[in-house]
Amino acid sequence: MSTLKKVLLIALGALALLAAGRVARAQTDTPPGTPLSGAQAAPSADDVNRVARQMYCPVCENIPLDVCPTTACEKWRETIREKLAAGWTDQQIMDYFVAQYGERVLANPSGRGFNIFLWVIPPVALVGGAVFLWLFFRRAARPAAPLAMPQAPAEPPAPADEYIAELEKELEKRR
Amino acid sequence: MTASPEQKPGRRFPWGQLIALVALLAVLAVVGFRLRSSSAGPVPLMSPAPDFSLTAYDGQTYHLAALRGKVVVINFWASWCQPCKEEAADLENTWRHYKDRDVLFLGIGYVDTETEAKAYLQEFNITYPNGPDLQTRISQAYRIRGVPETYFIDQAGRLVFVKIGPTTQAEMMSVIEPLLTK
Amino acid sequence: MIANLSYIILLIALACAIYAAVMAVLSVVQRRPDWLQSAHRAALLTWPLVSLTMAGLMYLIATNHFELDYVASVSNRAMPLYLKVTAVWAGQPGSLLFWGWLMASFSGVAMLRKWDRDQALMPWVVLVTMVTLAFFLGLTATYENPFARLWQTTGGETLTRLFQPAGTLPFIPADGQGLNPLLRHPGMVFHPPMLYIGFVSFVVPYAFAMAALATRQTDDAWIRTTRRWTLVGWLFLSLGLILGGRWAYDVLGWGGYWAWDPVENAAFMPWLTGTAFLHSVMLQERRGMLKKWNMSLIILTYALVIFGTFLTRSGVLSSVHAFAQSAIGPAFFAFIAITFVGSLLLLFRAWDTLTSDNHFDGLLSRDASFLLNNFLFMGITVIVFLGTVYPMVSELLTGTKITVGPPFYNRTTGPVFAALVLLMGVCPLLAWRRTSARRLGRVGAVPLVVAVVFVAVLFALGVRSAGAQVGLGISLFVAITTGLDFGQGILARVRMAASSQRQESVWQAIVTLIDRNRHRYGGYTIHLGVVLMAIGIIGTNFFQQQTQGQIKEGEQLVLGRYMVTYKGLQTTMPEADKEVTTATLSLYRGGQYLGDLHPSREYYLSSGEPVTIPGVRNSVEDDFYTILAGWDQDGATFKLYVNPLINWLWAGGVVFILGTLIAAWPRKAES
Repeated sequence: MSTLKKVLLIALGALALLAAGRVARAQTDTPPGTPLSGAQAAPSADDVNRVARQMYCPVCENIPLDVCPTTACEKWRETIREKLAAGWTDQQIMDYFVAQYGERVLANPSGRGFNIFLWVIPPVALVGGAVFLWLFFRRAARPAAPLAMPQAPAEPPAPADEYIAELEKELEKRR
Repeated sequence: MTASPEQKPGRRFPWGQLIALVALLAVLAVVGFRLRSSSAGPVPLMSPAPDFSLTAYDGQTYHLAALRGKVVVINFWASWCQPCKEEAADLENTWRHYKDRDVLFLGIGYVDTETEAKAYLQEFNITYPNGPDLQTRISQAYRIRGVPETYFIDQAGRLVFVKIGPTTQAEMMSVIEPLLTK
Repeated sequence: MIANLSYIILLIALACAIYAAVMAVLSVVQRRPDWLQSAHRAALLTWPLVSLTMAGLMYLIATNHFELDYVASVSNRAMPLYLKVTAVWAGQPGSLLFWGWLMASFSGVAMLRKWDRDQALMPWVVLVTMVTLAFFLGLTATYENPFARLWQTTGGETLTRLFQPAGTLPFIPADGQGLNPLLRHPGMVFHPPMLYIGFVSFVVPYAFAMAALATRQTDDAWIRTTRRWTLVGWLFLSLGLILGGRWAYDVLGWGGYWAWDPVENAAFMPWLTGTAFLHSVMLQERRGMLKKWNMSLIILTYALVIFGTFLTRSGVLSSVHAFAQSAIGPAFFAFIAITFVGSLLLLFRAWDTLTSDNHFDGLLSRDASFLLNNFLFMGITVIVFLGTVYPMVSELLTGTKITVGPPFYNRTTGPVFAALVLLMGVCPLLAWRRTSARRLGRVGAVPLVVAVVFVAVLFALGVRSAGAQVGLGISLFVAITTGLDFGQGILARVRMAASSQRQESVWQAIVTLIDRNRHRYGGYTIHLGVVLMAIGIIGTNFFQQQTQGQIKEGEQLVLGRYMVTYKGLQTTMPEADKEVTTATLSLYRGGQYLGDLHPSREYYLSSGEPVTIPGVRNSVEDDFYTILAGWDQDGATFKLYVNPLINWLWAGGVVFILGTLIAAWPRKAES
C-alpha cells in the first residue's frame, strides 16, 4: 500500500475517532431531567410525552399527541397525566385510549387481528423478492461452463491501471 | 420483470405479467372502494337510522333498535366544542318539554375525556342520558363531519331530519311536534 | 374581465392539447406527416396559452380580486407580494393549474428538440404529454376552477360558480382569508415547485418509453434521449424532498424533519423508483440488459407520480398535507387506471422485442450489484406503499381505522436502507462483469477493518445502540471506499499531468477528470452526500433527546449536557395581522454560556392559527432546538430537543445536490 494511502487512512481513522468520541458523549449523557428548581410532583411532562408520543391525536389528521397544540389535545395529555398519577402503566393508558377512541389512535398498530399482515408482509415480500431475484439471476447469467471462460478476462485490471489506460487515451486525443 | 435471454422455442406462460396485472387491479379496487366510501355523503333522509348501542354515564345501556315507538333525538357533542355550548341549554329545555311524551334525547360524546365531559354536563345541567362514543363507532356509522350535529329519528326508526351545527329549541320543536301528532 | 379572459385562454389551451393528441394519433393511422406537424404546432402553442392563464391568475391575486373564491381563500390584503405569488399554488385549483403549466413547459421543450433521428417517436410523445396536460387542464377548467366567483343567494348562502346562478348577487368579500400561516415561509416558495418540476419531468421519459413500445423501437435510443430529463427530474424531486424536510424542521416545531406522513410517502415513492431507474438504465446502456425491467420501472414511476398527486387531493388519505376533499378523486382514479393498464398492455405487446443482449457474468460484479440495488429500492417502495395504503385496506375489510406511524416504517425500512448504503460502498470495489472473491477481499479488507475498529471504538466509548453502531460503521466503510476511488482517479490524473509534456496544474487536472467523467464522479459525490445524510439520520434517529417543562422566569431546564435559563417573554406586533410572542432562553453547556435562543409563537389574527418558530443553536455535533409551547401565570412551557449530527443531514443534502448538478451538467462536447 502506498504511503499516501497509509497517510489518508490514518487521517480518516483519526477523524473517525474524534467523531466517535462526540457521538459517544451524546449517548452517555445524563437522561433528560426535570427542572432544577422546585420539586416536581410525578408525573412530569416528559412522562406524559413518553406515552403521548406513541399515540396520535384522535381528531386532527395524523398529528402525534405529544406535539398537537389544540385545546382538545391538551385535555388528552391531561388525562394521561391523571392516569399516570393514579398509577396506571403506559400500556394500560394506551389500551384505555384505544377503547375510547379506536385503534387509529395508536402510532404503532397492534399486531392483533388483521394488522398482523402489516408486519408479516414486508419480510415475506423481501424474502420472496430475494428468491425471485436469485432465480432471475440464475437464468440471466452466463452458464458457468469452463468453455465460456476464454472470452472473459480472468481478472480485470486493477483500478489504477484502468484509469491510466483511460487517461492515456484521452491525452492522446488532446494532443 | 421476467427476462428470457435465450430464444426459447414457444412462449412460456407469462406468469409475471399475470401477477402484475392482478396485483394492480387489486390495488385499484381497494383505492376505488375507499374513494367511494370517503366521498359518500351523509346518511340519506327517510332511510333507516344506523343502529347502535350507547352506554351512558349513569350506567344504563340504550339500543336504538329497542327504542321503536319513541321519537329519538341524537346529539353529537364534545366538551372542547364551542358551538356545542350554544345549543346545550336549548337541548335540555326541549328535552324537559317532551320528557313525558315518548321522546328520548341521547347525547353522544365524540372523542371526549370523561372528566371534561362530566364537567360539561354539570355546567349545563343536562339530565338526558349521555355517553361516550366508544371507538367512534356511532360517529362513523352516521358519517358525521364534525360537532355539533343532531339527528332526529321517528318512531319507526327512520332518519327524518339532520341538523348540522347548533340547533335551537324552536327548530327542534318544529321537527318533533309533527312526529308526535301523526 | 381578466378572470373571464384567463378562463377562455385556458379553454383554448385545453382545446389545443386535445387537438394535438388526436392529430398525432390520426397522423399515424392515416400516415399523414403534415397532420403530425399540425399536432406539433398545437402542442407548442399550449405553453404560451397556459402561461397567459397563469399570469392572469397571478395578476388577480396581486390586485386583490376577492370576488374570486380562490383569491379570497389563499390571499389577503396584508400579505407581501412574494407570498401572493406563492399563493398561486397554495390551493387545489391554483396548484393544478401550476402543474399544467409545468407540463406545458416541459412538453414544449421536448417539442423543440431535434427530432431528425426519431421522427417515428414524435406522435407518441405528443400523445402522452398532451393527454397528461389535457387531464390537468381539464380538471382546472371544470371541477377546480381558480376563476370561479363567489355569489350569494337570497337565503344568505354563498356559492362558487363561474357563471352567475339564478337568483344570486355577486359577493365580494372585503378581505381574503389569507395564506395558511404554516405556508408563510420561504420553504413554500421552493418546496412545491421543486416537487412538481420533479414529477412533471418524469412524464417525458415515460412518453419516450411509450413511444418506443408503440413503434417497437425498444433499443437504447429512448433511454439515451431521455437521460438528461430523468436526471433533471430526479434532481428536482430530491431537492423538493430535502427542502420539504428542512421546512418541516424549521417551522412545524416538532423537532423532526420526516414523519412518514402519507403525503410525504406519496412524493417519496416516485423518488425511490426513479433512483432505481437511474441505476438500472446504466446497465441497459452499457450492456443491453434489463430492458423489460426498465420499461416496467418507468411505467411504475409515472403511475406513482400521478398516484401521488391523486393521494394528496382526493380525500382518500388523512394527512396534514392533504388538500381538501373534492370531486376530482374519481377523475384521477379513472386516469390512473386507464393509463396504468394501458401502459402495461403496451408493454406486454412489445415484450418480445425487449430481450437482453447480454448475460450476467458473475454474482460478484458491478452489474449484479446494480440488480441488487434495484431489488432493495423496490423493497423499500413496496414497504412504503404497503404502509400508506394499509389504513385504506384495513378500513375496507374490517371497518376499523388504523394509523401506520413512524415505528413501522423505521423498523421495516431501516435495515433495507442500511443494506443499500452498504451496497453503495461495496460497488466501487467491484469491477464490471466479474470480480473474484479474492480480489474483492483484497481491496475491501482495509476499509472493512477500519470500519470494524471504528465500531469497536464506539462501543468502548459507550455507544450501545446496535443500530447506530452498524449504521455508522457502514457509513464509514462507504466513505472510505468511495473516497479511495475518487482519490485514486485524481492521483492517477495528477500523475499523468505531471509526467506529460503539457503543463497542467493539479486543480486543472482534477477539474478535467471530473468534467470527462461527469456521471461517475457526480455519482460518487452523490454517494458521499448520501453517507453524510445517513450519519445525520442515524444521529437524530438513535440519539435524539427531548424534554418538556414549565418554568417561571429565572428558573432552569436541563437536557443532556445543556441547560437553559428562562429570561423573559415579550409580545410584539410587527405587522398589522401578526402577533409574535418571543421567549428568551440563555443556553449553557458545562457551565459555559453559549448564547441566547428566541423560540417564538406567531399568531395571525385573520386565521386564528398559531405557528411555532423554534429557537435553535446549530453546531457540527448537534442542534439545540427549543420551542415555546405555551405560557400562563404559572410560567412558560418549553419543549427542548437535542438533535445530534442533524447538520450533517443538511450538509449532506448540499453535497448530494452538488453531485447531481455535476452529473447532469451538459458537456460542451455533447450534441
